[in-house]
Amino acid sequence: MNKDYYIFSHGRLKRKDNTVYFIDGGDNKRSLPIEQVDKLHLFGEIDLNSKLLNFLPRFGVMLNFYNYYGYYSGTYYPREKNVSGFMKVKQAEYYNNHESRLFLAKTFVDSATHHILRNLRRYEEVSKEVIEGIEKERNNIETTDEISKLMGVEGRIRKWYYKSFNEILKNGFKMNKREKRPPNDPVNSLISFGNSLMYTTVLGEIYKTQVDPTISFLHEPSTKRFSLSLDLAEIFKPLIIDSVVFKLINNRMIKKDHFDNEEGICFLNEKGKKKFISEYDKKLKTTIKHRKLKRKVSYQMFIRLECYKLIKHFIEDQTYKSLKAWW
Amino acid sequence: MNSKLLKVQGIKVNYYCVCKRKLWLFSKGITMEQNSNRVLSGKVIHESSYPRMKKKEVLVDDLLKLDIVDGEYIREVKMSSKMSKADRMQLLYYLYYLKQKGIEKKGLVNYVKEKKIEEIELTAKDEKEIEKVLKEINKVVTAKTAPKVKKLFYCKKCAYYELCYIEEE
Repeated sequence: MNKDYYIFSHGRLKRKDNTVYFIDGGDNKRSLPIEQVDKLHLFGEIDLNSKLLNFLPRFGVMLNFYNYYGYYSGTYYPREKNVSGFMKVKQAEYYNNHESRLFLAKTFVDSATHHILRNLRRYEEVSKEVIEGIEKERNNIETTDEISKLMGVEGRIRKWYYKSFNEILKNGFKMNKREKRPPNDPVNSLISFGNSLMYTTVLGEIYKTQVDPTISFLHEPSTKRFSLSLDLAEIFKPLIIDSVVFKLINNRMIKKDHFDNEEGICFLNEKGKKKFISEYDKKLKTTIKHRKLKRKVSYQMFIRLECYKLIKHFIEDQTYKSLKAWW
Repeated sequence: MNSKLLKVQGIKVNYYCVCKRKLWLFSKGITMEQNSNRVLSGKVIHESSYPRMKKKEVLVDDLLKLDIVDGEYIREVKMSSKMSKADRMQLLYYLYYLKQKGIEKKGLVNYVKEKKIEEIELTAKDEKEIEKVLKEINKVVTAKTAPKVKKLFYCKKCAYYELCYIEEE
């Protein structure tokens, strides 16, 4: 599998002939093996040449941009290679039918809840009250008849969930309330940073399939984001991001001095981002022996497999059943 | 429909012989080949073999992609002879197609890694079979849904394996 490359330094990324170079502020030149690149993530201040932008799509390489604070700002999305008009029409039909849209939205939320509970059960410190509260709320998923009500159920589950973070997290890390725009404490900034990465990872996997990233079910298809990526990220955020956050904090891998604070915005500094990404990458590459496929599957591949199951659902081959980690 | 008018890509004839489900998915643009290392190595073999041949990758009617045209022979390069029946049918289809256009050729399948060559000539019996296959292909690709998964001994090596076999308990 090709690799993701993360660039933190300031400098220039360019194509010269058929090679991609990164030249940093100190004029150090490094070439990138473009054929082995999956995605490029730019965290620094970087100049590009249009030759590069013409070159990347040939290899299906995505360019993800992150702002000064490390939050996702956008993607240079290569020309679609895996197009299937047939699939697109089918997928849109499922969005357009209230029942079938709701069915998919529910399975995403249910799977997310499964992974939330799975996280909580690993910590003795988490009170029974929280787990039971979430389980009770989970039962409401099935009977919900509107997307907005489903969002409400999900919101209440998350409220319970984030409240229990204070029981899980050690070493002086506390979270008052989930705060996204902008994150105002270290825990919130870790979650937000992780969710940005999750979004781009899911988008990268969707791109490798014929599923259309703009047609979503739980989230309203919007013009701002590839919203199917948000739908699928729901499943994987608790499974991947939150467990990375717990590990980083509880094993003292990330400390208070990995964060900067500017005008109420808390964000990871370069050292902190690198720590997070290295753990995140390790997690994505971790493999599980799949009980059905009977072969090793990485966490990253699990995301693609969700897309495959959606394809089968859309072409009326097999009803979609979302991932529920069993290991 | 007159089978003489049924035009398909050569790969579809090949897929028809290998797996009808794969044929259906492929025909709907649901392709998996781009994610397969095995397909990639096949491509590299294609590109690196027979470098001295002048007529490589000859496109006929924007439809057929002949690997090599070499005098009276059409040559098809393959990695392994595991699917020799499918390879043979694909090449027979090329010969058949060209014959409709008034061009008579013979065929060679080159199994480069095995250093094996199979010679193929189009007989009247083959023509009948190709016509039958073309009609069957048409039936498969116009079906509303994909044929169900049928376990074959080569499924595990197929680029579509994960798609076909992924499911939850």
